[in-house]
Amino acid sequence: MKDEPWLYTISSKKRLLDFNFREIWRYRDLLLLFVKRDVVTVYKQTILGPLWYLIQPLFTSVIFTLVFNSLGAIKTEGVPPFLFNLAGITIWNYFKECFTGTSDTFVKNQAVFGKVYFPRVVMPLSITISNLLKFGIQFLIFLGFYIYYYALGQVHGFGIVFLFLPLYVLIMALLGLGLGMIVSSMTTKYRDLTVLMTFGIQLLMYVSAVPYPVSEAKAKFPPLVASLVEYNPLTQVVEGFRYIMLDTGNFGLKGFVYTLLLSILLFLLGLLIFNKTEKSFVDTV
Amino acid sequence: MIILKAENISKQYRLGLVGTGTLSHDLNRWWHKVRGKEDPYLKIGETNDRSLRGESDYVWALQDINFEVQKGEVLGIIGKNGAGKSTLLKILSRVTIPTTGEIKTKGRIASLLEVGTGFHPELTGRENIYLNGAILGMTKKEIKVKEDEIIAFSGCERYVDTPVKRYSSGMRVRLAFAVAAFLEPDILVIDEVLAVGDAEFQKKAIGKMQDISKADGRTVLFVSHNMAAVRNLCTRAIVLKNGTAAFEGNTDAAVDFYLKEGARLTSDSGFYKHNNELNNSKAICLNSVELINSKGDNTNVFISDENIRVVIKYSLLEKLPDIRFNLKIEVDNEVIVFTTTSHEDDKTDKSKGDYVLEVSLPEDFFNKGFYKMTLNVGVPNEKVLIEPLTILNFEILKLTSSGSRVNSVFPGVTAPKLKWNVVKVQS
Repeated sequence: MKDEPWLYTISSKKRLLDFNFREIWRYRDLLLLFVKRDVVTVYKQTILGPLWYLIQPLFTSVIFTLVFNSLGAIKTEGVPPFLFNLAGITIWNYFKECFTGTSDTFVKNQAVFGKVYFPRVVMPLSITISNLLKFGIQFLIFLGFYIYYYALGQVHGFGIVFLFLPLYVLIMALLGLGLGMIVSSMTTKYRDLTVLMTFGIQLLMYVSAVPYPVSEAKAKFPPLVASLVEYNPLTQVVEGFRYIMLDTGNFGLKGFVYTLLLSILLFLLGLLIFNKTEKSFVDTV
Repeated sequence: MIILKAENISKQYRLGLVGTGTLSHDLNRWWHKVRGKEDPYLKIGETNDRSLRGESDYVWALQDINFEVQKGEVLGIIGKNGAGKSTLLKILSRVTIPTTGEIKTKGRIASLLEVGTGFHPELTGRENIYLNGAILGMTKKEIKVKEDEIIAFSGCERYVDTPVKRYSSGMRVRLAFAVAAFLEPDILVIDEVLAVGDAEFQKKAIGKMQDISKADGRTVLFVSHNMAAVRNLCTRAIVLKNGTAAFEGNTDAAVDFYLKEGARLTSDSGFYKHNNELNNSKAICLNSVELINSKGDNTNVFISDENIRVVIKYSLLEKLPDIRFNLKIEVDNEVIVFTTTSHEDDKTDKSKGDYVLEVSLPEDFFNKGFYKMTLNVGVPNEKVLIEPLTILNFEILKLTSSGSRVNSVFPGVTAPKLKWNVVKVQS
């Protein structure tokens, strides 16, 4: 009993790498309860309830189809434009929700964070997980339309590449979470990035090849913009998702590895900054 | 065994708004850090006295706090508003980190600082018990075991499956406190201010806190304004004043120190020396009047639960047929509280010599405030020996706030402690 070591130290020193994964594991119940809270409470006191999860991507796809394909005459590599857009939006939505949901972690939760300690990273993690559920529902809708078009003979099934799907979803989660944690850390003291966030996410979508295929971008954009679109890791995921589901665009292992590594790097960087910020953000938020 | 150790804890805060000026300080700080130099803003900063206007943008909310807590000890932390209690609690509960120094602990710390954090209005009472419990560090399994107890303690059985947004604010607090009260960490930090709700629940809450701190040798840090509770529960206490530890020691001494800090009469002038040159009486010589507290010290600041011994020393220069000392107590606005006399108890022969006269003013009698003591001496029905003379002022400090949440003073010139008897005759 005498020589029992110190359990932990509350210190002024911030170590660069100071993750306590055991502690996060100890709070796994909290993580699940946060997920449950997020899922259960969003559409409380609405009549349509979870149906709202479906309405947003469907309407957006209809609008995109009207604007970009009917009006703008963007070619979708032989796939029905509506399905093409729905595919892009479904996977993009997951990133968007993760990013925007986690990017205000500190500011939004300052009341709770200012009073009780728990590993802060539980909060963005729970958002990423609860959005996964939302993505699942939206993906099912996409599958529904896919089957419809399959019956019409306008798309032709998907093959073994389908196994890559979970990996792409994981990459999206890492990207959204990583960027979200960086932004949330950087907005604790100075709020400038919050302003950028409000319209930045919309702009980001347009350079991530959501409403158009990369081949069109290469053909019609100025070369600089085209390569910006091509090397955007989000483009890689969106294009990869469509390749798996609709057999459009092309899949390169090099691009895939590049995206995977970049997303892991971004996630670790986010975790690092987040971890550094969480210790004393209460004083400056 | 030492379970918690705080070493040189200091916390600096920057005052004013966050703006472009802050950025320049941040950049300067960063630049110093890059060159491996010390943070330039740590050298400045002023003591945290909220009432004084300062020069610096930086204040030290805490400065060089050191203490150790033994396992099973109940340590009281007392201090006025702004003394640094909350800052210390925030650091202890890991919400923020100290600017310098460190706290080492061998156990998990959980705090009952602010109850109901993380309550989601849309979730039901039961769902919130789980969520709140998990936020406070319990696992789902632990909560499940205590669920029924928590609900029973909160007294919200009927509403437990209704969203919390439909609760009255009192019910919300009850539920929140109930969750927190069933935490079982190694070290519990309790802020007594949280004992809110109606009188019935307050009593329950304070009772629960006493149970927690007394039962099975739990280590507790107890923060309170209620000195009676601190005295009752704590084995040791720290008094914070303007961010520094002004006193550390046994509870009674700490409570005394804290209460007297707030006293307006600060000189130890519970002693009156009579100037006999002014005496127009040749028969008596008044030597001194002294006020003595329950510890035997000469003072003029008393806590309401101690008696005040008035010791009068005088000499008779000739034999008198009779003598009467009258002591009049007034409150500072000249309302007479009472007058008391030595006459009936004086069985001496009143011959020439030195005398010591003593009277004890009862404990639990005076209200919080300032009192004035006037003495006059005479031979009844014959002559005045000493004209009415205001000899001493004294101050009474109150230990408790009689159940009120705010530290208010009950109206009245006196505040005697009376025995109330309550019997239920029919239900």
